[in-house]
Amino acid sequence: MSDIPRLVEAHDDIRDAVRKLCADFPGPYWRWLDRERAYPRDFVAALTEAGYLAALIPEEYGGSGLPLSAAAAILEEIQRAGCNGAACHAQMYVMGTVLRHGSEEQKRRWLPEVASGRLRLQAFAVTEPTSGTDTTSLSTTAVRDGDGYVVNGQKVWTSRAEHSDLMLLLARTTPRDQVKKRTDGLSVFLVDMREVKGKGLSIQPIPTMMNHNTTELFFEDMRIGADCLVGEEGKGFRYILDGMNAERILIAAECVGDARWFIEKAVTYANERVVFGRPIGQNQGIQFPLARAHAQSEAAALMVDSALARYEAGVPCGAQANMAKMLASEAAWAAGEAAIQTHGGFGFAEEYDIERKFRETRLYQVAPISTNLILSYLAEHVLGLPRSY
Amino acid sequence: MKVLVAVKRVVDYNVKIRVKSDNTGVETANVKMSMNPFDEIAVEEAVRLKEAGTASEVVAVSLGVKQCQETLRTALAMGADRAILVETEAELQPLAVAKLLKEVVAKESPDMVLLGKQAIDDDANQTGQMLAALMGWAQGTFASKITLADGKAEVVREVDGGLETVSVNLPLVATTDLRLNEPRYASLPNIMKAKKKPLDTLTPDELGVDVAPRLTTLKVEEPPVRQAGIKVPDVATLIDKLKTEAKVI
Repeated sequence: MSDIPRLVEAHDDIRDAVRKLCADFPGPYWRWLDRERAYPRDFVAALTEAGYLAALIPEEYGGSGLPLSAAAAILEEIQRAGCNGAACHAQMYVMGTVLRHGSEEQKRRWLPEVASGRLRLQAFAVTEPTSGTDTTSLSTTAVRDGDGYVVNGQKVWTSRAEHSDLMLLLARTTPRDQVKKRTDGLSVFLVDMREVKGKGLSIQPIPTMMNHNTTELFFEDMRIGADCLVGEEGKGFRYILDGMNAERILIAAECVGDARWFIEKAVTYANERVVFGRPIGQNQGIQFPLARAHAQSEAAALMVDSALARYEAGVPCGAQANMAKMLASEAAWAAGEAAIQTHGGFGFAEEYDIERKFRETRLYQVAPISTNLILSYLAEHVLGLPRSY
Repeated sequence: MKVLVAVKRVVDYNVKIRVKSDNTGVETANVKMSMNPFDEIAVEEAVRLKEAGTASEVVAVSLGVKQCQETLRTALAMGADRAILVETEAELQPLAVAKLLKEVVAKESPDMVLLGKQAIDDDANQTGQMLAALMGWAQGTFASKITLADGKAEVVREVDGGLETVSVNLPLVATTDLRLNEPRYASLPNIMKAKKKPLDTLTPDELGVDVAPRLTTLKVEEPPVRQAGIKVPDVATLIDKLKTEAKVI
C-alpha cells in the first residue's frame, strides 16, 4: 500500500476484496483445471456473483458503473493472487461495444442479463484463419435476407465460445470491392449463440499449450435476426477499434499482476532457500534479474496508469494502451523467467504454479495484438515513419 | 434489536511481522493492515442476525487512528448499516478500549455487543470481558454458536474441555471464536454502497474517557530462533534425555 498519489484511483478497497475472494481459489484448484483442461466455472461464478464482472456496466443496467481503472484493479489483483482472469476478462470489455453503439432496446434487453450473470457475453469473433490483424480482409459474410442476415464463413481463436451465451461477431456486409474504404462494409452483430448452435453455428475447441478454452467457429447459412445488428450497417470496424484500447489496457493490468505474482513468489523462495549455508537471495545472480523485472513491472504499471488516465479523461490513448500492453507483457515474461530461474528445478514442478503461470503469461506478447504490430503502430503513428506493411 | 460490533485494524494476517529496530514494538509503517479476523466473524454474525430479521440495525465501531475508517468501510461493505470511529493517535490498551466502548454503548443502547475474542496483534483477549464487567452485562465469550430468543441468548462456548452452553439474559457482550461462522467477502455493489453509508467520528475527549496507558511496554523482541531437533538411536536414550536434559519426566 503506497501513499504516493496515482494518476488514477487506486481502488484499494476493491483490491482487498478481490484478493479475499481469490484466496478461496488457491494453486491446487488451478492445477486441477490445467490438468483437466477444464473451465474455472466456480471461480467465474464467484466473481460474477460478487459483481466484479459487471464493474463497467452502468448502474441503470444493473452494474456498478465504475471507471476502467476499477476493472484494471480487479484483473491485476486476480493475476497477482495466482488466479487466471483470462477465463472471464472479456466479459468486462466486450459489452463496451454494445454499450457505446447498441440501441437502447439492445442495452435494456441484454446488459442487465449480463450484469446479473444470467447470460455470459465473452466471445468476440473477429480473427479468421486467413486474416489475423489484417482485419479488413476478413471473409466471413453476413448477407441481408428478408428480415435477417445469413452468415457464412469461419473464425479462429474465439476464446470462451463454449462458455458464453452471447457473441459479438464482425462480418462483412458489403463486399470489399464495392466499398470506398476497405474499413467500410464491416458490421457488428450481437448473436445469441443458444439459438444458432447446431443450426448454422458449430464450435470446435483448439487445444493449446495452456488451459485457455479457445475455439474455432464455423458458420454455415447461420440465420440471425436483423435486430442482432449493433449500430449502423457497414460501420462495424470502427466500433471494434473503439473497444480495443480498453482490452489492451486491461490485459496490460493483468500482466502487471502476473509480474508482481512471479516476483513475490521468487523473492519469498530466494529468502528461504538455503544453499551453501546462506539464502540464495543473497547472491547477486539471483537478485539482479528479480530487481530488473521489478523495475520493468513498476514502469509498465505507470504506463498502464497513464493509459487509464487518458482513457478515463476521454482523450486519445491508443499509443499509451499499446505501449502499456507491450511493456507489461514483457515485464511479466521477464519476471516469469527470473522466477523460474530462481526456483531452479522446482520451477518446473507443477506444485509451485510457476510453470503454469509461465505458460499462461506468454500469451500476452501475442494476443490480443502481437508486439511487432505494436512497434509498427508506434513507428508509424507516433514517430511518423513510413508504414512498413 | 440493535447490535454493536467492534472492529480493530491490525497488521494483515498474511504479513510476516518484524520487530522495530529499537525494540519498542512491531513495525507497522508500509505494512498492509486489515480487519482483525475474529472481528470479521463478529461482523458476519451481526449481519446474519440482520438478514434473519432478528437484528434491526448493525453499527460497527472502531477505535484508533484515522485509517481505521478503511476497516469500518470493510464492515459496512459486509453489511453493517453505519459506523462510528473513535479517533485517537494514542496507544489504546484493552481497558481504555473497554471504557470507550462503554461510552459508545451508553450513546447507542444496543442489545448486544459483538467483538472478536482477541486481536491477532497483541492477543490480549481482554476487551470483551472488561466491557461486560464495566457495563454489568452478561457475557458469552469464545462463542461458536449464538442463538437468540425471547430476550435471552444461548451461547455455545469453546472451552478447554470441549463445548459449554450458557444461557444468559440480554443485553449481552459476546466474543467470537473461529468456528462461529465463515465471513463473507464483500461484493462490488456492496463496496460501492459502503462508501455512502454514514460514518461518524468521535474522540476520547468527547466521550470523557482518559485513555492513558496503565501498562508500560518495556521491550518487544523476536522469539528465539528454533533450534533443530536431534535424532536418538533408541528408546532408552530418549527416556534418558527426557529425564536429564528436557527434565519433563
